[in-house]
Amino acid sequence: MSLAELICPAGTPAALRTAVDAGADAVYCGFQDATNARNFPGLNFTPEELAASVAYAHDKGAKVLLALNTYPPAGKVDLWRQAADTGARLGVDAFIVADMGVADYIARTHPGIRLHLSVQAAASSPEAIRYYCENFGVRRVVLPRILTIPEIRQIRREIPCEIETFIFGNHGLMVEGRCSLTNYLTGQSTNMDGVCSPASDVAYARHEDGSMSSQLAGFTIDCFGPAEKAGYPTICKGRYTAPHRPEGYYAFEEPVSLNLSRLLPELIEAGVHAFKIEGRQRSKSYVRGVVTAFRRAVDDIRAGRPANMADLVALTEGQKQTQGAFETKKWR
Amino acid sequence: MSLSAHSAPHATRPGTAVVSRLACTLVQPLLSRVVRRIADRHPSLFARLGPHQTTDFLIDPVELPFALHLRPDPQALVFRAVPRDAAPRGGAVIRGRFMLLLELIDSEEDGDAAFFSRDLEVSGDTEAVVRLRNALDDIDGSIAEETAAMFGPPGRAILARLRRAYDAHPKESTAR
Repeated sequence: MSLAELICPAGTPAALRTAVDAGADAVYCGFQDATNARNFPGLNFTPEELAASVAYAHDKGAKVLLALNTYPPAGKVDLWRQAADTGARLGVDAFIVADMGVADYIARTHPGIRLHLSVQAAASSPEAIRYYCENFGVRRVVLPRILTIPEIRQIRREIPCEIETFIFGNHGLMVEGRCSLTNYLTGQSTNMDGVCSPASDVAYARHEDGSMSSQLAGFTIDCFGPAEKAGYPTICKGRYTAPHRPEGYYAFEEPVSLNLSRLLPELIEAGVHAFKIEGRQRSKSYVRGVVTAFRRAVDDIRAGRPANMADLVALTEGQKQTQGAFETKKWR
Repeated sequence: MSLSAHSAPHATRPGTAVVSRLACTLVQPLLSRVVRRIADRHPSLFARLGPHQTTDFLIDPVELPFALHLRPDPQALVFRAVPRDAAPRGGAVIRGRFMLLLELIDSEEDGDAAFFSRDLEVSGDTEAVVRLRNALDDIDGSIAEETAAMFGPPGRAILARLRRAYDAHPKESTAR
């Protein structure tokens, strides 16, 4: 049986402490800059905060994984290298990387620290994953959310590293690390600046009939009816009209969150080593609720009991949840 | 980013203007004391606010007869009750039931979830709202309980009663 480590999000030091106290085996976080894919206003850690957080986590037996999972623009690698050096100095347990240049720098400069391959690398075949393992010493891959459990089981047999899968949270299926939709509208890059739908470009308007529209960079991307649940203002989950669909439809994806609570035993059996909870941009309340629920479920499974899983639908985007491709490729 | 016409505060009902102004006058000394205390105890939250320390936030608890105007500038802190028809325009607007807003400040509720369920409305400067949310979320402990404790046993009793009422009816309509 795999260890089924619980990898939990933290956008602030208080959220990190909340995750550790709720039972996280490891917490992932990032600095207050473009080196990570949640470079949101007011979020993330200063080096001083990370130092104190690493001490707190280690004191309680939890690990800290530093996300350096964006892509440096060509020739501008200093920020990523400095972040890696700082993380190493502060004692993080692993780096989560996507870019080969960043991976290569860390492998050469800090060979004693584990490298995890971010979902942003979009490595979904044994050949791709083995390349990162062989060339940079990657010890774990975070798989894109496009694979079925039988496919994960097969990949596990063909790769020399651990597998981490998302089990809860945002369900973005664009080719991860390759999505340029935000860049197209705002000029800021999800992959290089770490900002998907930057808040400075987002606007909401409530209308007289109680409906609410969301806009990104002046483009309306959805309008929710008075009684309709809302989603994030991301282009990939926007609702659009088209000549063949004048009523408006979700052209790419729907506002819905991943929840694999019912598939945990199958994922463990397939050889998944670690379960990742998405949501560094979410509150301590979310972290506390989701981590506590999955801690209990994983402990139940480890003890041979049926998992006693809390209902988390109130925390999901659009208050809808899916098992996505993990259940079937026909999920949409 | 300016507020659209649709995101302006809800119109004040006829006849409530006098009540609103009276309520503002009564609560203002408490608000000044509360915000000064919070700023003194949690100075780190100003760093996360960054450039939005001088942004005007209108916090609108829909069932109260007034809204709250916050400008979290550590050099000139503003937290005042304002009649809705005299609220500042521009900046950021956060609207919901009073206890929901209080639970969000304390991170007892998740802001994104409240937004998804439409119990929380945001308009105006979205980045300012995100920064304020993240700054408050990094505070350990309960601002509501700290505030209640300032007023001794009566304060704590009132908070406990409000929480019981909220827990009993968390989804009560925010419509006025």
